[in-house]
Amino acid sequence: MTASRRTFLKVSAAAGGALMLRATLPGAVRAEAPAEPLTAFVRIAPDGVVTILSKNPEIGQGIRTMLPMVIAEELDVAWSQVRIEQAPLDEAKFGRQFAGGSQATPMNYDPLRRVGAAGRQMLVTAAAARWGVPAAECRTEAGVVFHDRTARNLGYGALASDASKLPVPDLARIVLKDPRTFKIIGQPIHGVENPKIVTGQKLFGIDTVVPGMVHAVFQKCPVFGGKVVSANVDTIKKLSGIHDAFIVRGHQGADRQSLTDGVAILAKSWWVANRARDKLEIVWDEGAATSQSSKGFAEKAASLAQGSPASWLRRDGDAQGALKDAAHVVAAAYSYPFLPHIDLEPQNCTAHFQNGKVELWAPTQNPGPGQKLVAATLGIPESDVTVNMTRIGGGFGRRLRNDFMVEAAAISRRAGVPVKLVWNRADDMRHDFYRPAGFHFLKGGLDDKGVLTALSDHFVTFGQGGKLADAAQMEATEFPAALVPNLAFGQSVMELGVPTGPLRAPRSNALAFVFQSFIDELAHKGGRDPVEFRLAILGEPKVLPGGNGRGFDTGRMSAVLRKVAEVSDWANRDSLPARTAKGVAFYFSHFGYFAEVVQTTVSAQGEIKLDHVWVVGDVGSQIINPSGAENQVQGAALDGLGAALGQGITIERGRVVEANFDTVRPLRIDQVPAVEVHFLITDHPPTGLGEPALPPVIPALCNAIFAATGKRIRGLPIDTELLKV
Amino acid sequence: MNYTIKINGVSRTVDVDGDMPLLWVLRDELDLKGSKFGCGAGLCGACTVHLDGVAVRGCQTPISSVGTASVSTIEGMTADPVGRRLQEAWLALDVPQCGYCQAGQIMSATALLRRTPRPNDGDIDAAMTGNVCRCCSYTRIRAAIKMAAGSGEKS
Repeated sequence: MTASRRTFLKVSAAAGGALMLRATLPGAVRAEAPAEPLTAFVRIAPDGVVTILSKNPEIGQGIRTMLPMVIAEELDVAWSQVRIEQAPLDEAKFGRQFAGGSQATPMNYDPLRRVGAAGRQMLVTAAAARWGVPAAECRTEAGVVFHDRTARNLGYGALASDASKLPVPDLARIVLKDPRTFKIIGQPIHGVENPKIVTGQKLFGIDTVVPGMVHAVFQKCPVFGGKVVSANVDTIKKLSGIHDAFIVRGHQGADRQSLTDGVAILAKSWWVANRARDKLEIVWDEGAATSQSSKGFAEKAASLAQGSPASWLRRDGDAQGALKDAAHVVAAAYSYPFLPHIDLEPQNCTAHFQNGKVELWAPTQNPGPGQKLVAATLGIPESDVTVNMTRIGGGFGRRLRNDFMVEAAAISRRAGVPVKLVWNRADDMRHDFYRPAGFHFLKGGLDDKGVLTALSDHFVTFGQGGKLADAAQMEATEFPAALVPNLAFGQSVMELGVPTGPLRAPRSNALAFVFQSFIDELAHKGGRDPVEFRLAILGEPKVLPGGNGRGFDTGRMSAVLRKVAEVSDWANRDSLPARTAKGVAFYFSHFGYFAEVVQTTVSAQGEIKLDHVWVVGDVGSQIINPSGAENQVQGAALDGLGAALGQGITIERGRVVEANFDTVRPLRIDQVPAVEVHFLITDHPPTGLGEPALPPVIPALCNAIFAATGKRIRGLPIDTELLKV
Repeated sequence: MNYTIKINGVSRTVDVDGDMPLLWVLRDELDLKGSKFGCGAGLCGACTVHLDGVAVRGCQTPISSVGTASVSTIEGMTADPVGRRLQEAWLALDVPQCGYCQAGQIMSATALLRRTPRPNDGDIDAAMTGNVCRCCSYTRIRAAIKMAAGSGEKS
């Protein structure tokens, strides 16, 4: 048995038992029986097949499987009876339909249980009426209603027609199952589209085929905000295989995710359209952003750090005075780069504009706002914009922005034919909404016993148009706020011409690195064990403000920290060989409490080998799908390690230097360590898992590198030159 | 010009430029969408197909270079004993997250197991390092290869 399988079973056991549901390769397609709509989410056919609509976009977080599991559980059907369909975009009917912020579980777990339970109640009511018995005497199991006293039973298929005519009961008053009786929730259910994935069937946005469609590329200005002065489109149009070429004008007054200037080239094949870009000559008005560079930002930040912050996020006690009085002071400057999302499926969208209406096939994480944006940009009613949600080859936050939808719609309208727009890798890397870079100038003070008495941070971040750039914020509640008597968070802002946006665990993916690394510096300065030092700061269990309204429970964090110390054998870390060491970190984000330990070995040449990662998380009372949960958590931890080791975007003259995976390096299989995942099951509402395992892994790695080499990593991606002996 | 190539055992003729990469012949000319476009530079492996059983990057293989070689794609793997074992292992271990890279992963793994039926971790690293999984489902990819090879218990 491999390490992966052991971990898998551990996760299953934590959630209470293991039922393996064997997926099968797709065989003959069975004719679908006519079905009755029971509620908005459920259809039941006369043969008992239950079709459940999955409301949210699938980006690899497993939602197309997980949300229907929740409904199926309370509906009380067998998973083998269930077929799953992507719901259409209809937020009035289904509620918000998006993939982001690890929000699907906290927003949908309870409501969708009620949806399932309502369906069950309607079926029971129908059976009771048919039999002339009280509904309270009926019970259900695996898609069948039973009346034990008279030894009668009816399958849901036979009752669906009657049940569908009944009013939907009051969802607020519906009776839910005792979680101890769950048969589907808590089981490792496999991805419902896996059979299609492993056999290469059409599934993703980029696989869309619409009759009569042509393929398009769209060349935008390499400098953000640049405009087309002129382009040799007449020459391009004469090239072999080219259907059309034209200049697209940006939408006046539009925001950054709307239409920008560019040149569209259309051809019978995407490769022919893309190749024609070699002959494309565009004169650009590059605009004001050309003065901006990563190097310039770093210099400006260092200069701003010499002065006082422009504003204060928080001031408790007297940080400056306490730093003067401290027995030990640590001062350190931390920074992190712009980061791209590098979704493996490049941004794309298929659009068919005809008769004043547009239909889109869009791999978008956020279809509702995409629909509105397309309508506003084209000047047509929202009701004339139809969005089909496709499976998505990686989201990571990039596809919360819908620029690709607007481009495809505008190009189709102008071309008068259905258009599939596909970006190439350079387009994707150079026209992203980047995780903003940031700079932190920190000081911390310890008393003579190694107790943290003061901490200050001057955060130099980015602004756009009079407010902070998207995802460039730091909360006043950032750890260790409210846990240190003297604390000051100040902020200064630099104007930015580069678009920014959320990347998996936005803000947290950067701030965890800064604060959990700096806390580690302070622990070492004070001669304290990094786990014990953190536990001392967390102190007695209490709930602090912050955490999107639910608060930050220091007791839950201490518990995951203690557990990760235990499972990683932290106490015996001194027995490791030279230049092999463990590092620890924790972080609270998206309602999730995560503590992680990384063990690394750093060679004399500075090469970083990842030996092992231990993850302990607390996301509440229920791991809904342990198989998906483990995959998400392992993926998130590895994603963070990949970013720390090999990813960063460089801005020069207002444009992005990097264009492909040779310079922005994704993690590869030969770098991957064992990632051991444990969940603490606690008496709190279940929350999401797409993001919160990512932030602490980066400082855990950097802290391990310090323990192995004595070199402190204060900038990302990690410069291995610093680690050579 | 016309090129006739053998794909998953079937001869197909396309009228394209000779430097059109095999990936785009498959996707746009023959509507075989299983092979994926990721980087266009041979850096991610999402477009991996086989030429006479050897894994190559479809985005770096001009149609004119294929000649009489047999082309295999993910769509043909269900009929391939090794490919089918890998597909079943992928399902048994619930490998995919977004799933976009997995066709390429299975194609690289199939070529590996044909050459090295009982691969060790080093063999897997060497054969699979060209295939990016952006979701980092690597732990399960490795386990699925071992399962298909029947070497899972020994690892």
